[in-house]
Amino acid sequence: MKRRKFDLAAAPGKAAAGVDDRFQVATPLRRLLNKVFPDHWSFLLGEIALFSFIVLLLTGVFLTFFFEPSMTEVIYNGSYAPLRGTPMSAAYASSLDISFEVRGGLIMRQMHHWAALLFMAAIVVHMLRVFFTGAFRKPRETNWIIGSLLFWVGFLAGFTGYSLPDDGLSGTGLRIASAIMLSIPVIGSWVTSSIFGGEFPGTIIISRFFIAHVLLIPALLVALISVHLGLVFKQKHTQWPGPGRTNGNVVGERMFPRYAIKQGGFFMIVFGVIALMGGLFQINPIWLFGPYEAWVVSAASQPDWYVMFLDGSTRLMPAWQINIPIGDGYVIPPLFWPTVVLPGILVGLSTLYPFLEARHLKDYKSHNLLQRPRDVPARTAVGAMAVAFYLVLTLSGANDVIADKFQISLNAMTWAGRIGLLIAPPIAYYVTYRLCLGLQQHDREVLAHGVETGIIRRLPDGRFVEVHQPLSAAQEHGDGHGALEYTGWVVPKKMNRLGALGPAVRGFFYPIEKPVEAPVSPGHPPVEPRPEREEISSGEPRR
Amino acid sequence: MSTHTEHQAQQGREPLDVNTPGLTRFDIVREGARRDDIEIVHYEPQVVSGSKAERRLVRLVAWLFLLSGLAATAFLVVYIWWPWEYAPGRGSDKWYTPLLGLTLGLSLLGIGFGILTWGKKLLPKEVSIQDRHEGAVSPDDRSITGQTMLYMADELGVKRRPLLGISLLAGLAPVGAVAAAPLVGGLISNPHKNNQMFTTGFAPAEGGQKVRLVREDGRPVRPSDISAGGQLTVFPGIEHGISNRHADSPTLLIHLRDEDAQKSRQANERVGHGDYMWGNYAAYSKICTHAGCPASLYEQQTNRLLCPCHQSQFLITDNARPVFGPASRRLPQLPIEVDSEGFFVAKSDFTETVGPDFWERP
Repeated sequence: MKRRKFDLAAAPGKAAAGVDDRFQVATPLRRLLNKVFPDHWSFLLGEIALFSFIVLLLTGVFLTFFFEPSMTEVIYNGSYAPLRGTPMSAAYASSLDISFEVRGGLIMRQMHHWAALLFMAAIVVHMLRVFFTGAFRKPRETNWIIGSLLFWVGFLAGFTGYSLPDDGLSGTGLRIASAIMLSIPVIGSWVTSSIFGGEFPGTIIISRFFIAHVLLIPALLVALISVHLGLVFKQKHTQWPGPGRTNGNVVGERMFPRYAIKQGGFFMIVFGVIALMGGLFQINPIWLFGPYEAWVVSAASQPDWYVMFLDGSTRLMPAWQINIPIGDGYVIPPLFWPTVVLPGILVGLSTLYPFLEARHLKDYKSHNLLQRPRDVPARTAVGAMAVAFYLVLTLSGANDVIADKFQISLNAMTWAGRIGLLIAPPIAYYVTYRLCLGLQQHDREVLAHGVETGIIRRLPDGRFVEVHQPLSAAQEHGDGHGALEYTGWVVPKKMNRLGALGPAVRGFFYPIEKPVEAPVSPGHPPVEPRPEREEISSGEPRR
Repeated sequence: MSTHTEHQAQQGREPLDVNTPGLTRFDIVREGARRDDIEIVHYEPQVVSGSKAERRLVRLVAWLFLLSGLAATAFLVVYIWWPWEYAPGRGSDKWYTPLLGLTLGLSLLGIGFGILTWGKKLLPKEVSIQDRHEGAVSPDDRSITGQTMLYMADELGVKRRPLLGISLLAGLAPVGAVAAAPLVGGLISNPHKNNQMFTTGFAPAEGGQKVRLVREDGRPVRPSDISAGGQLTVFPGIEHGISNRHADSPTLLIHLRDEDAQKSRQANERVGHGDYMWGNYAAYSKICTHAGCPASLYEQQTNRLLCPCHQSQFLITDNARPVFGPASRRLPQLPIEVDSEGFFVAKSDFTETVGPDFWERP
């Protein structure tokens, strides 16, 4: 039998045909390669969270190889001299070992921590983008809810994570968490005792937090993120209004090759930035805090940034204790309101917002076009109110540090926070609302009258006027220019945007190609004979 | 609306025969896109092939990739050969983590910017329009799916045979509870076992033996050990008394100056704690009644104790009453005296509940 010659060039084609025979993937694959994504810088904020999450998984798996989630008491005998001979939990000792004994362990720990902070920050910024542009409206309410849940699950992941080293700072945080659970009416002491396996701190909490942190919560995050991305894929991304863009189409780039390549590059950049931060910026130097001891705390004990708003709300809460005089008497401690009720309200309000807004506006249509924040002043102002509320709480979470650094009375800072929490949001609402209206008005003005050229002209009767460059072509009848309709997208407001500037010369340090001859500025006002100069020489108004 | 009509036009479009000779590869790509209701309306190379600009970009991308390789090699060199083990005062190990971060970061950024430049600058720019097909829901399909599901319910015949449904519910509900039972039953722990929420390490032992106040190193405390205006954190002198196993026990022993002690004694008498102090010495729980942090910042001049976690302030000369911040309950006072050997002991346990507040605190 004659052996057939192996044709190398045809091999991939044959292999592909073989795969398609068995799995029929050619059509779905083509659809995937061709899927169109709209492009705008603000659509990439969620990606930062996704990429940080991947870095978290990678570095986190590394850390589990060395971390010992146990509260057994050991005597430290590692290379960090100041703590040698100190009794501490095995969890803290192994965290010290990751920092000092494991080659490259410290950078992994720091990258993990920085990636967690970036993850939460990206979630918040992404959420603000979605809120302020109205991307949460029908049909995307489900994804908005999943996104809000991702914040809170991420919050839990962060808290369980930074409690694991069992150092002086995180132990204090854990102590506060146990007090928060204790404050829940009726079931508080049972919940706390069940979670901690007895009275605080017990001997089991680190192991329980560990399995929550490395298995349960990540599994939940992966599930939620998958559904989140799946829905973005299924429902297709929103887009900004613009030429050719309608509610029924997507204008952008096909996923392959350019869009996917840009995403890949962006991932590498996020990864690189986290690596730089993990190497160059120290974070959570647990060896300086010492092991957790119930009687030791230092001033400026702050949690990670995304927990600080709860710390702030706890600090601002007045000492309002509710006594219930039945039997021996029962108590609702003041700690309950800012740490259990407030987050509950925040979760409820944020998840319900899309439905509240739709109901309020009686708007039950599908929206795939985004809105500029200025075009929906009420929503933008509500968002600004929420941001102001959050900022006051977060700043109050650091009010002892602010008081210390700026030599302000601590009590004054607390009172400023209490009052600020009440008046800052309404002020933010009012100011933002007016700003939105002002921006809207300016857009309409430019559309009607044109762009300011910066050229002042003196009329024959002595008046000075600024020359405007109209945006629409001159009307055939009459001498004016027609006003343009606002389309929900950026209105050019500078002459440069209209091409008044010559084309840019390419090349960073020296021109790489001969610059094209700059055209005469189209923004130049209609040519007229130059008015007599001597008229304005005196400075005195002429009568 | 214009794109919508365009889409309608595509529906009636003759599909292109991709086997037609003379078709370019791009023609086929565009035909594929059209079959997915995507119109590539603009496709324009950003660089002229063979131009100076293209060569320059190619060089830039190549440099970035090479830089990345260089940084990665540097990472490996540092990782393997740099003296990294911690030694106090030596110093070179201090640079280990920053160098790793710098080299790793540069190598990743090199790849990242290289790929980005490749994709953004060298690939043609395009604008494609895809139809969303959102209005394409057919009422018929909805109706068919709904009827199919109802048909399934009909076939099961739950309506005709109600016993099945009821027995299924009655049978399965306990099965569901079985799934929850081990979790709840295993985790649940009675908070009032051994009266643990209301006792601390200072409770006298079985024989009525009073517990000594000891320092962090375990030595008992004499009155002369603290000068007037000073304070000391003390622990119960029992086994494991100075550890997190007795996280509620740390106590602040304060030696008040004469006039402050006078005020403090009067305040004590008002609440029936007349004999809780010994001389000018008073002992208060260090565990904040708000969230359980140690209230450890004592201001001598004002006799205020501040908790650094949430800034609750307690006035020691007035039974440690909360005077500012979120705490709503005074710090419990430990009744103290001096035993026959001259060391401080606790007369009894705290007479109020120590630590953060909870529902059933009497």
